[in-house]
Amino acid sequence: MHRCRRCAADSVINMRQHRLALCEAHFVEWIEQITLRFIKKHRMFEPDDRILVAVSGGKDSLSLWRILLKLGFQADGLYMDLGIDAGCSYSKRSGEYVEKFAQNLSPNVKLHVLDVADIYGKTVPEMASLRRGGKKKSCSVCGLVKRHEMNRVARELGYTVLATGHNLDDEAAVLFGNVLHWEAEYLVRQSPMLPADGVGLTKRAKPLARFYERETAAYAIICNIEYMQEECPFSVGATSLRLKEVLNSMENSSPGTKLQFYFSFLRAKENSLLPEGQRPELRSCERCGQATGAPGLCAFCRLLEPARAASRLGQD
Amino acid sequence: MVKVIFKNAELEIPGNITIRALITDLGLNPQSVLAVKDGKLVNNETRLGHQGEVKLISVISGG
Repeated sequence: MHRCRRCAADSVINMRQHRLALCEAHFVEWIEQITLRFIKKHRMFEPDDRILVAVSGGKDSLSLWRILLKLGFQADGLYMDLGIDAGCSYSKRSGEYVEKFAQNLSPNVKLHVLDVADIYGKTVPEMASLRRGGKKKSCSVCGLVKRHEMNRVARELGYTVLATGHNLDDEAAVLFGNVLHWEAEYLVRQSPMLPADGVGLTKRAKPLARFYERETAAYAIICNIEYMQEECPFSVGATSLRLKEVLNSMENSSPGTKLQFYFSFLRAKENSLLPEGQRPELRSCERCGQATGAPGLCAFCRLLEPARAASRLGQD
Repeated sequence: MVKVIFKNAELEIPGNITIRALITDLGLNPQSVLAVKDGKLVNNETRLGHQGEVKLISVISGG
């Protein structure tokens, strides 16, 4: 049995990559201290920033919201009902976890809830079906819709930073996928903090990007955060999950693999070992006004174009 | 006997093995799951004991 490094009580988690075993109380303290250090190191935000945390009902985003509030930041939540049902009321149940969590927060902390179908007339699975590839494209369409809507809400409500609960496993899997396909443009853009730009992209931060998924789950369990443990039904067989499995297999035989992979990448970027490459010039979308690298409509408005055209035909 | 719960499956384990041994015996990766024994998070070196309940929680999410 490993003892807590700080107090010699029974440990509840042994982080082999750090050679660090901690008890409940010291693990919670460690997570919060390291998060604050990571926020400062990457200049994610300051105490006077207004932060909008994208909450899904999962362990990462609810833990992030709790940590930011505990650290004294002004952090409100945004839950997006994506309309994913798939026979298990996935979005509805996820939203219930978020609402329950928010009920226990101070009254001056707000939870914004938006329903994608109410605004655009289609759920995310319906939007995905508009694309060639249908269900196979659900995850990429879902990501596109979430990024668009998070940014829109942050801009409209005057938030200065958007925070998401991405953990190190998420980031390492994305990095792994981008390396496998030599997606140079995406490699250059991948970062725990993306600054705001003049065209309407709100600053984005991933304060938990230095923790393993195992650690954010442990934090949620210890802090009695009730969260949606079931996977999104559309994520079955997703590439990102397969990449995570490969990385975890390597991590199990060689502790620290994921940490080293991700942090070596960040160091390489800091030391300008990755070429900046050609970044597309950003301009405003002709319809929604959000930033896009393409002339005319942004990817989100292009996604909705077939539905709009069908609705125009129906009116004629 | 210890009741072990993972996702929708339940099984009874007789031996006083460690959580790590349980996880690997089930063909799972210790990096991908956490164990909660009688409601409390426990590390992988903890022994199951001879009674009670252990829930294995998958920590992988995303798509």
